Amino acid sequence: MADLEALIKAFSGIGVDENSLISILANSNHEHKKSLRKGYSKFFIEDENGFERLHQSTIKNLKLEFKRFRDAVVLSLLHPWERDARLIEKAMKKGPRHYSVIVEIACTRSSNELLGARKAYHSLFDHSIEEDLASHIKGSERKLLVALVSAYRYEGPKVNDDVAKSEAEILSNAIKNADKRKPIEDEDAIMILSTRSKPHLQAVYEHYNKICGKTITEDLEAEGILKDTVECLCTPATYFTRVLDAALTVDADEESKKALTRVIVTQKELREKEGYVPNKIQGILTGSYKDFILGLVARGEN
Amino acid sequence: MATLIAPDHPSAVEDAEALQKACKGWGTDEKAIISVLGHRNAAQRKQIRLAYEELYQEDLIKRLESELSGDFEKAVYRWVLDPADRDAVLANVAIKKISPDHHVVIEISCTRSPEELLAVRRAYQARYKHSLEEDVAAHTKGDIRKLLVALVSAFRYDGEEINTRLANSEANILHDAIKDKAFNHEEVVRILSTRSKMQLMATFNRYRDDQGTTITKKLLGESGDEFLVALRTAVRCFNDPKKYFEKVLRNSIKGIGTDEDALTRVIVTRAEKDLKEIKDLYHKRNSMPLEQVVAKDTSGDYKAFLLTLLGKED
Repeated sequence: MADLEALIKAFSGIGVDENSLISILANSNHEHKKSLRKGYSKFFIEDENGFERLHQSTIKNLKLEFKRFRDAVVLSLLHPWERDARLIEKAMKKGPRHYSVIVEIACTRSSNELLGARKAYHSLFDHSIEEDLASHIKGSERKLLVALVSAYRYEGPKVNDDVAKSEAEILSNAIKNADKRKPIEDEDAIMILSTRSKPHLQAVYEHYNKICGKTITEDLEAEGILKDTVECLCTPATYFTRVLDAALTVDADEESKKALTRVIVTQKELREKEGYVPNKIQGILTGSYKDFILGLVARGEN
Repeated sequence: MATLIAPDHPSAVEDAEALQKACKGWGTDEKAIISVLGHRNAAQRKQIRLAYEELYQEDLIKRLESELSGDFEKAVYRWVLDPADRDAVLANVAIKKISPDHHVVIEISCTRSPEELLAVRRAYQARYKHSLEEDVAAHTKGDIRKLLVALVSAFRYDGEEINTRLANSEANILHDAIKDKAFNHEEVVRILSTRSKMQLMATFNRYRDDQGTTITKKLLGESGDEFLVALRTAVRCFNDPKKYFEKVLRNSIKGIGTDEDALTRVIVTRAEKDLKEIKDLYHKRNSMPLEQVVAKDTSGDYKAFLLTLLGKED
């Protein structure tokens, strides 16, 4: 029936269609709701004790979807420094699968924005980011992540092309020797990626391409956050497009969906890009969450 | 406490005029330069530079560089710069030496406050168009590189909070690393380069209580092991900077010859901070006032300038 279809649709996107839910459920009586439950097999199962029971996983998913608007609002309200500090702290606590968020923040913010996040972290958590990361992360990612958040990169255009070329070779060797030592633990690679300026690293990226015939991101496909690092530093637009694409698909996982909020709220340049995001958003997002995100995209400023 | 003697409200314009008078014509009136610049704090010196630029369309620093020479010129140059800019210059000079002066980089990273170190990194970028950490990384290798890059990149929490349980466990980690002579242990670098200074003090105190001897004594070893030496320098800088600076001074003037670079560096960088206490420590330890030894070991305008910064009344 029409109400059942509308109900399913209200819960089908990223976010929830609050208005639809109000008009379907607010005036719905006992019998009507029973028939909705009986028809909504994805959410409700016939329990042996004679009632339509909500799937356990649905409770969790519904929570996440209802929360999406709230989280987007809070995230956009926070000062960028506090926002980045809290995002890093959360990502660190959640574990290795979330470390790419730390890379994203450390590598796509300006030197002063990253500094601001470090200061905010002091205020919020009474520790420095580097001490918490260093004591929290035990695995091979530790050196790279600590180094990336500690960077205060030169932001001028001056690049020494000879040095860029030799550093492209150093990175190429580190990748070729992956079977002997993990590239993410290669000291020289870490030094290059965590201390050099972004223009310099873009020159390194170009030289690598010339030397190896492939881009360094292609060669780092299997190397997790090391690949993210290079992408964020050298080709951030590609990185963000990839993240948004992953979020704006039908079967996106929760991390990808969270990335959508994070990226749209924090990346004003993306929001100025015509067409791409608004079209996809219309189809996949819903409710207040959709309205908020569309609003952010349309305004194109922080 | 500072040893610098400076008036409360000097006139930057008058000072600039006095300096210009000292520099113009044949020869230079070094006494006049010392009597002005040697009695002005950082804020006042900055005002003088601005006034000089406005009055004479010339950079005072460049003028002084061309008029003065030798150790005196080096000392005045470093003195006139803003503290953060000065540290950037000191770091750059130390890094670019054929055999880099690691201890200078460590000294700057470990004795300045987190905000001061940040200012040094900014000043370094403005001056050298590179980040401090990339230049340190490019001029060092191996374990020393890991330690130095980590130390200069730190932005430590500046608060008083300490975690005694953490101090305990990290004192144990340091103890194990020292016992196994695994000084380049990742954990040692992690602790020294990320923890707040208060937390490190708590850790060192805990170490001393547990082991009956200070960690600096335990780190004494072959001076050939540059990493060990660097570690020890870092710990000494955290633990008791005044004692550390007293030793640098003592070493710079004892025996044959004088290490003018070290002597200048300590006096110029501490004159507005804690040179008084460092002087007192020196006197207690060597039964002789520092001024007396400096006067004996240096000469001319360089000597006059140092003594002025040390608080000599005119």
